[in-house]
Amino acid sequence: MLTVEYTLPAELRADILALAQEELHPQGASVAALQLVQSHFRWISSQHLQEVAQLLDMSPDALDGIATYFNLLFRQPVGRHVIMLCDSVSCWLMGRDRLCAHLRQTLGIHPGETTPDGAITLLPTVCLGHCDHAPALLADETLHGDLDTDALDRLIGSLRETP
Amino acid sequence: MTAATHPLTAMITPAAPPPDCAAYEQAGGWQAARKALKILAPAEVIDMVTRSKLRGRGGAGFATGQKWSFVPKNAASERRKYLVANADEMEPGTFKDRWLLEGNPLQLVEGMILAAYAIQAGHGIVFLRGEYHLPRKRLTDAIEEARQKGWLGENILGSGFSFDIHLHSSAGRYICGEETALITALEGKRATPRSKPPFPQFSGLWGASTVVNNVETLCNLPHIVTNGPEWFLSLGMGADGGTKLYGVSGRVRRPGAWELPIGTPLRQIIEDHAGGMLPGYSLRALLPGGASTAFLDESALDVAMDYGSVEKAGSRLGTGTAIILDDRTCPIGMILNLEHFFAQESCGWCTPCRDGLPWVERLLGALEEGTGESEDLEELARHARMLGTPGRTFCAHAPGAMAPLASGLKLFADDFSAHISQRGCPLRHAA
Repeated sequence: MLTVEYTLPAELRADILALAQEELHPQGASVAALQLVQSHFRWISSQHLQEVAQLLDMSPDALDGIATYFNLLFRQPVGRHVIMLCDSVSCWLMGRDRLCAHLRQTLGIHPGETTPDGAITLLPTVCLGHCDHAPALLADETLHGDLDTDALDRLIGSLRETP
Repeated sequence: MTAATHPLTAMITPAAPPPDCAAYEQAGGWQAARKALKILAPAEVIDMVTRSKLRGRGGAGFATGQKWSFVPKNAASERRKYLVANADEMEPGTFKDRWLLEGNPLQLVEGMILAAYAIQAGHGIVFLRGEYHLPRKRLTDAIEEARQKGWLGENILGSGFSFDIHLHSSAGRYICGEETALITALEGKRATPRSKPPFPQFSGLWGASTVVNNVETLCNLPHIVTNGPEWFLSLGMGADGGTKLYGVSGRVRRPGAWELPIGTPLRQIIEDHAGGMLPGYSLRALLPGGASTAFLDESALDVAMDYGSVEKAGSRLGTGTAIILDDRTCPIGMILNLEHFFAQESCGWCTPCRDGLPWVERLLGALEEGTGESEDLEELARHARMLGTPGRTFCAHAPGAMAPLASGLKLFADDFSAHISQRGCPLRHAA
């Protein structure tokens, strides 16, 4: 099997090996390892994916099958902030389509895209479990509910100001 | 609210941090774990839970005691076994487990200790959905504190029983809620379901004996063990025991979740607790327990929200969180939204589900866009029939997806025809 030269920082590689060690088999750490890489670089590049595969004794294609399977693992670069707007049924009933149109217009991008200044990526997401406060979204790790266009404008303003 | 009537939520204060080990103990926590580990044999815990008639709160409603009874009886020290808490709450319209995870994570820890002791599992895992960031932080703290206080780890309370909990943060796929897909995900593979048999109790995670229980199910255990199965049975209004976390979302006055006796009538939940419909809206229909349950209309409002009664009314209790369709929102638009979700979240393993669900989504999309033909309705009905019958697809994903479609085709027949005759959605701009 081909070997790749590591570009991941040594500390991160050690953390990934430690995750693998906790599992009965190294592959059990695949999602956690990819999450760890993403928490450092905001996405998972093909180079990093190959390195993680090597650390976990997996084929890069098997690991990419996992990376591309899960909604929250990004195989493309994303902006400094990620807005995930719920597109499931309770939020749809409460007018999420109007909010999505407002975000598209305000940010000048479609869902799946990043603003040209690299500040914000807009993505649809499945139900966030905040249905009693629909419509809802997740901005990075923070849940926001009872949204209207004013609340969205305030949120975008504060995200743009946060590095 | 007291622990006598609201056992699951009595310790939860809105907007306050969850109780720590000391506060949890002061409010009655840890009694059950102490009782089980010091006085009860594992078989006695299984017997109590069986007699309580506790049924799985994740949606399928399988009897918990019976599920455990299939686990090989070896001691935890002799055989590798797993207990997994299913905290992958991803059923659209469902927001009940998050309440328990954020509000009282130690209750889940204690529930897991009891379940693990009953089936003699030494390894615990919480399978948490990746979008639940606050629950992750609170659970991490709770598990760490429980470990420090000796509630997790080697030889708990000197009982000889050892058990620890690992938190697995998932990365977002609905199918992981299906227990065999969840197990596959824990092995670091694409989360496709597995065929049963072998059942996970015999061959689950890494081939070891495994039980997967929902968060709400596990949170009931401390109360059953402390107060006894008879007490638990007396909490329910009908055949089932205990309380249930019910929820309502949609255009009602007070969307929310409440802990109520299981079997509370649907009308009472919507009118008394959710405050009825918002002014200017009336109730058209509803999904009683999440996206994969069949529509019920107003004529079914007096149904008792327990497993058997909702099934008799033509749907399923599911997760117990109702989604309300109002009279100013298009039912076909709602079904399109649901089928988009199911098509996207199909794991792709079996052809009928992988190819059938996107086809259903396209047919519904065409109706909304005004390019639908009457033959499309037959095609939708054919899909509802073919994909809706269990056994024709690899798992229950597609049958779940067909529940709102099959019931919707009957209940909203006039709306479907109107989309064809008027070449588009009559309500598109009305809402």
